[in-house]
Amino acid sequence: MTSYDAIIIGGGHNGLVAAAMLAKSGRKVALFEAADGLGGAARGGEFHPGFRSPGLAHVLSRLHGDVVKELALVKHGLALGDTDAPTVALAADGNHLVLRGAYGDTIDGNLSAGEMTAWQALRTQLFRHAAVLKRMFDDVPPPLSSPSAMELFKLAKAGLALRFMGKVEMRDFMRMLLMPVADVANEHLTDERLKGLLGFDATLGIHLGPRSPTSLLGLYYRLACELGGIAGRQMVPVGGMAAVIGALENAARASGVTIRTGRAVGRIIIESQKAMGVVLGDGSEFRAPLAVSAISPVTTFMQLVSPRHLDTGFVRAIGNIRIKGDTSKLHLALDRVPEFSGLNAADHAGRLVIAPTSDHVERAFNPAKYGELPDEPTMEITLPGGLTKGAAQSGCVLSANIQHTPFDLRQGWESGSGALYRRVLAQLERHAPGIGKSVLGRELLSPRDIQSRYRMPGGHWHHGELQADQMMMMRPVHAASRYATPISGLYLCGAGSHPGGGISGMPGLLAARTILKGTRS
Amino acid sequence: MKAGLTSNAERRSAQSHINVTRLETPFHPRIASAMREEEWYDWNGYKSAAVITDEELEYFSIRSTAALFDISPMVKYRIEGREAEAYLNRLTVRDVTRLKPGRVHYTAWCDDMGHVLDDGTLFRLAPEKFRLCCQERHLPWLLDSAIGFEVSIHEVTQDIAGLALQGPTSCAILKVLGLAGIDRLKPFDIAAYDLNGMAVTVSRTGFTGDLGYELFVAATDALRLWDALQDAGALHGLRPIGYSALNSARIEAGFIVANGDFMTSETALRADRARMPDEIGLNWMVDPEKAYFNGKAAILKARQQGTLRHVLVGLEIEGNIPAEHAIVYHGKKREAGLVSAALWSPTGKRNIAIATLQRPYGVSVNDDLWVEIYAMRELQYQKMMKRAKVVERPFVKLPRRTMTPPNDC
Repeated sequence: MTSYDAIIIGGGHNGLVAAAMLAKSGRKVALFEAADGLGGAARGGEFHPGFRSPGLAHVLSRLHGDVVKELALVKHGLALGDTDAPTVALAADGNHLVLRGAYGDTIDGNLSAGEMTAWQALRTQLFRHAAVLKRMFDDVPPPLSSPSAMELFKLAKAGLALRFMGKVEMRDFMRMLLMPVADVANEHLTDERLKGLLGFDATLGIHLGPRSPTSLLGLYYRLACELGGIAGRQMVPVGGMAAVIGALENAARASGVTIRTGRAVGRIIIESQKAMGVVLGDGSEFRAPLAVSAISPVTTFMQLVSPRHLDTGFVRAIGNIRIKGDTSKLHLALDRVPEFSGLNAADHAGRLVIAPTSDHVERAFNPAKYGELPDEPTMEITLPGGLTKGAAQSGCVLSANIQHTPFDLRQGWESGSGALYRRVLAQLERHAPGIGKSVLGRELLSPRDIQSRYRMPGGHWHHGELQADQMMMMRPVHAASRYATPISGLYLCGAGSHPGGGISGMPGLLAARTILKGTRS
Repeated sequence: MKAGLTSNAERRSAQSHINVTRLETPFHPRIASAMREEEWYDWNGYKSAAVITDEELEYFSIRSTAALFDISPMVKYRIEGREAEAYLNRLTVRDVTRLKPGRVHYTAWCDDMGHVLDDGTLFRLAPEKFRLCCQERHLPWLLDSAIGFEVSIHEVTQDIAGLALQGPTSCAILKVLGLAGIDRLKPFDIAAYDLNGMAVTVSRTGFTGDLGYELFVAATDALRLWDALQDAGALHGLRPIGYSALNSARIEAGFIVANGDFMTSETALRADRARMPDEIGLNWMVDPEKAYFNGKAAILKARQQGTLRHVLVGLEIEGNIPAEHAIVYHGKKREAGLVSAALWSPTGKRNIAIATLQRPYGVSVNDDLWVEIYAMRELQYQKMMKRAKVVERPFVKLPRRTMTPPNDC
């Protein structure tokens, strides 16, 4: 039996961040990952001979500056480069809009000057609001009872930041915060392509449509981030997230973390309501006074801890986490780089979105509410292998997030998978004629597949819906919202915790900071 | 509603269930025929007797002869399975591993905040078979608490009929009834009998602080049991009683009633009404040595941080006017709490009350306590400020409650 100061459960990017942070503070840290490779949802693999998928995450937009700095990720091999990916609002007739810079600094395409001005006004306002929220996403959620002086000070600062926006702006912020994205878009814009894009981006990864109240929050979350100090930037890393995960792994190893892959934790040892270590699936036991779980909170509590060590109200709350994923992932092995009609070659390296109108996105959401598939799915496409070279020696990998594909599909995913693929391919064919003929192989991961492959209950990227009722001090549930849990010595550090999912490293970083602060004092 | 019902009469007959506003207990035919006062009240949806013949006679039958009280409306759960003990140990505040088969204990269970959901009695009928009796319904809570345990939970309130037989001659009556060895039953013991083919479970428990037993049979056997007890008790002063008499006895015994002396945490609407065990006099139950039970962390934290706000105490009040729902004052001026139950104790011959005080009153500040009694005298309140002192519960302690074997048995 080996003992450590801390055991990290799960080698996704947040687990790696937490592990590296704790090891850097001089603790003896071990990390156990159930899969054979690190990266969690950013872990790709060969899905067709010679073709590698990037994993679930294929766009990098929120890797937090503090994570990069504190773990010296650049020194450990992180090379972001300066090749920002544009966002392309695809139109079947080739009349695309290409949003350049940080979420549309400038827009190429057939857009009237008036619409351009309206877009810039809206964009500026959204970024200003997102910046207020970003302060909250960058820190541990405030406590609801007995806050410390520092916490009160931070709250006051956040309040002041809100006030300093000016009376009119503050009022608008309060007004818009829980609005449907479609209504906000309608207030400012007339161009359907932009409205469709906003509607899609606000609801990607969650179970909402553009007309759903609170859907604007999803867009704020997307914009409340920065990459290399610039808010709203995005990149499609060549080869997927492997480069980011590699740098995190290097940082963790350099600070002395013992990493074991292919070793699933079976349960957390609990003695007198304290976490004392873990027992792996194979029965081997490792002791540590600190267990930090980067995996789903549901798995953590219902399986690794067991409800018998938890208060009934807490178990109820965990059971009530809304956690059913709505997004499927498609990987295509193509014999050549696809050609989207009317799109210049270089912009194929961007994030290509098929969401022609706001109504189109809403119509795609409608059947999902009742466990059915959209006729014309909306999606976000990248070519993560690059346009000319990459993992595939010849040919090209197409990676797409297909939205509004419910976890609980009424017809069942056995038959649903094929049906969805046909509809997605029809959509692709409409925008890139001939693409069907160049498909060599495919992998379609439904939320069910994602659940089993990535061991994420509900197959949900965010380890739980990222909606108003499951954010901040309610994430994943109130009694575990500040990384500490009812089990002493057990902390959460995954996407299920504040601020949420996406390759940001923030849950991992904030959890590690909480632990370090708690054990120092 | 069925289609084609045209007349009002037809419609009304299709809704006959609304005419049954209260359920009847399995003993109802007998109680109804004994009923002289027509004083009924609602106990958990059941039509229950408040007074049957005469409240005073009923009270004195508890203390002088024997009283029969229908406890069928009490909520009852059957809890069984390989992990029933582990489950109940996690659910309740007391150590269930120390409850032996054939024994009962009084216990309580709490929510995550450490607030009491209810108190009740836990019967260990067999190593893996329990019965939990309580005031409120808790099935959703009990089932959600069972996630991860190999245990089955069923509500059996309607299936099991119960009678409390209380008073000095109760043991003698059961002996006449033919329950051999009943005199050897110690307080909180359980025994199972076959009475002419009728399975009767008897426990030496009760809510009167007197010698007494509780008998449980299948609801279908209820009337047979009642009749047999009436026959056996004919020469021992057995009298069916209602709740009013029982309530007097329970106040003397110092027992508390859920939603009478404290609000259970799921029924309380106001956040500050919920109570921890330590705030309703049940601190002795809480077993901090137990590795875990629901609400433990919250209770221990409140103890450690000294954030307990209330305390439940027994009061003795000068004079003879019951101080029901009177406000308790410190120094006649500062509000210190409220009386939840009060009585001129016929057996103790003193004016007693159960009250909830705001700490430190009742804990470290016990002098100079007063209660303000409003007595309505011919359409005018007479306001009295009476001195109160904190006293031990039970107010009335009877050696026969615990004596084994009981006298005259």
